[in-house]
Amino acid sequence: MTFVNWLKRNLVVIAGLLTLAYLLLPNVIVTVFSFNKPNGRFNYEWQQFSTDAWKDPCGVADMCGSLSLSLQIAFWATLGATALGTAIAFALVRYRFRARGAVNSLIFLPMAMPEVVMAASLLTLFLNMGAELGFWTVLIAHIMFCLSFVVTAVKARVMSMDPRLEQAAQDLYAGPFQTFVRVTLPIAAPGIAAGALLAFALSFDDFIITNFNAGSTVTFPMFVWGSAQRGTPVQINVIGTAMFVVAVLFVLASMVIGNRRNRRKA
Amino acid sequence: MKTTDATDRGGDVRLSGISKTYGSFTAVHPLDLTVPQGSFFALLGASGCGKTTTLRMIAGLEEPSTGTVHLGDQDVTALPPYKRPVNTVFQSYALFPHLDIFENVAFGLRRRGIKSVKKQVEEMLDLVQLGEQARKKPHQLSGGQQQRVAVARALINHPKVLLLDEPLGALDLKLRRQMQLELKRIQTEVGITFVHVTHDQEEAMTMADTVAVMNGGRVEQLGAPADLYENPRTTFVANFLGTSNLIEAEVDSTSGDDIVVKAAGDKLVLPAERCSAATTTGGKVLVGVRPEKIGLTHADEAGTVPEGRNRITGKIANTSFIGVSTQYVVDCAACPGFEVYVQNIDRDPRLVPGADVVLHWNPAHTFGLDAAQDIDAGVAEEEAA
Repeated sequence: MTFVNWLKRNLVVIAGLLTLAYLLLPNVIVTVFSFNKPNGRFNYEWQQFSTDAWKDPCGVADMCGSLSLSLQIAFWATLGATALGTAIAFALVRYRFRARGAVNSLIFLPMAMPEVVMAASLLTLFLNMGAELGFWTVLIAHIMFCLSFVVTAVKARVMSMDPRLEQAAQDLYAGPFQTFVRVTLPIAAPGIAAGALLAFALSFDDFIITNFNAGSTVTFPMFVWGSAQRGTPVQINVIGTAMFVVAVLFVLASMVIGNRRNRRKA
Repeated sequence: MKTTDATDRGGDVRLSGISKTYGSFTAVHPLDLTVPQGSFFALLGASGCGKTTTLRMIAGLEEPSTGTVHLGDQDVTALPPYKRPVNTVFQSYALFPHLDIFENVAFGLRRRGIKSVKKQVEEMLDLVQLGEQARKKPHQLSGGQQQRVAVARALINHPKVLLLDEPLGALDLKLRRQMQLELKRIQTEVGITFVHVTHDQEEAMTMADTVAVMNGGRVEQLGAPADLYENPRTTFVANFLGTSNLIEAEVDSTSGDDIVVKAAGDKLVLPAERCSAATTTGGKVLVGVRPEKIGLTHADEAGTVPEGRNRITGKIANTSFIGVSTQYVVDCAACPGFEVYVQNIDRDPRLVPGADVVLHWNPAHTFGLDAAQDIDAGVAEEEAA
């Protein structure tokens, strides 16, 4: 009876912990196996502890090249999609123009369409245009599918913005440019940042669209996929773990900064 | 703190033939209005009467369809808001949420390229008693404090005119009273022209030197609060500012400076100078009297009512005790639902619902209006607001 009561009181906590475990277990496995020393080419069974892979993360041929390519593409795709998506979001919320309704729904098409369909149709388009497949075709494709996510994130923020804030800025001697830089942009920033992070993550780990449109270029997800056929080097786990740690550090840093700012204000 | 002397007319606001139409809807009909330098001017009206549109045209946030806006001798009609020497306190304040109080107040100075703002900002925050809060964000302040920040943010720029768009609308009643006095104090101290938009007639009367009552995109009447209250010229003003008892009557005769009218058998006297309508014998006129001007006497003592007072008889329909006064609703033949406010000095216990009473008042307190108007204009609007 007391156990049932205890369960009742702590059900939410237990459910929360289980969900967290469900989310984090794969990451834990990746990290643990980055310290493995596998027998043979596949890193699927625990053999013995070793830091060999951590000492030589680029020890696998072509892996770090593909990693740097992926990071470059993700950087430029994030920049392009964020700039375009922010502009589109502002246009959709702030202005009334013909075809506004159509744009509003069409912008979500890349989100809703199966990726493989989009990948194939993009390839058809590039081939018909005679474009050379590689860095640029991948970048164009990434900007395209990241755009809808950025628009969604920024639009939500802009919709909740009071247009009177910009009027107040103009009333206080800020011209159109100053108004945008000093008031509009800082207030929309959390939405824009969320859109940009989403775009980076989506671009960095995209496989299907990239695989169709990359030609002979190899991005990091393509490298992982390709090497999985022949054997999985431990270094893949090292890179995966490193990415995870960097992401967590980003989140922690932003939390610490936010807390400190609040404490100073109070 | 005074930035302008009496001879400087730079703070005059002159609107000439200004109007605003949206498609087929006319928000403001062509309007001429002069707000003298240094005055506290209120635009009063129900929502949708065009008062905020008028204010926004002065600020430059709305482009007039016709007409011009002058500040002093300068025609500012074509200037964008950020080039006009005018600042606005917005409805719900529009404080910048990402900046702290100090930076909110410093915003206008910084945009004009002023580098050392610290001293000015601190002085201004002291004026509105918020020196301690300089490093807080707007959402950490109470409504009244946010309101004062909005005022400080506008005033620090020493505008020629300060525009206030329903600045107290979001505050509770007690705080609103306090801020009314506060704003009036600040206005007297800095001597800047204030143009204040409000739907609250008490607020307009308490604070403003001059009130313009707007209705349907037009100014119905303009004047000092007491003048508007005592001498309304339209039924809208009579009903929107306070309460009026309006009686439909027929002109009986004129004798000297007085007009004698008949309403359901009672003869009433009305000073000719207080009648804004044309009067011909046999013509219709609306006779008005404010509820607090009326004496209420039980019918048994009708003889004690002095001669020479306007009197009508009726039956009390309803009473409500307010504390300082008692409000009676009296049904009369001439006017059902006649309102009477009597101060609670000596309460007559016989004045209960159902009692027959005589209503009487000094004829000098009677005003006359054109009978061609809607007798209930302004009543519903006030309730809605």
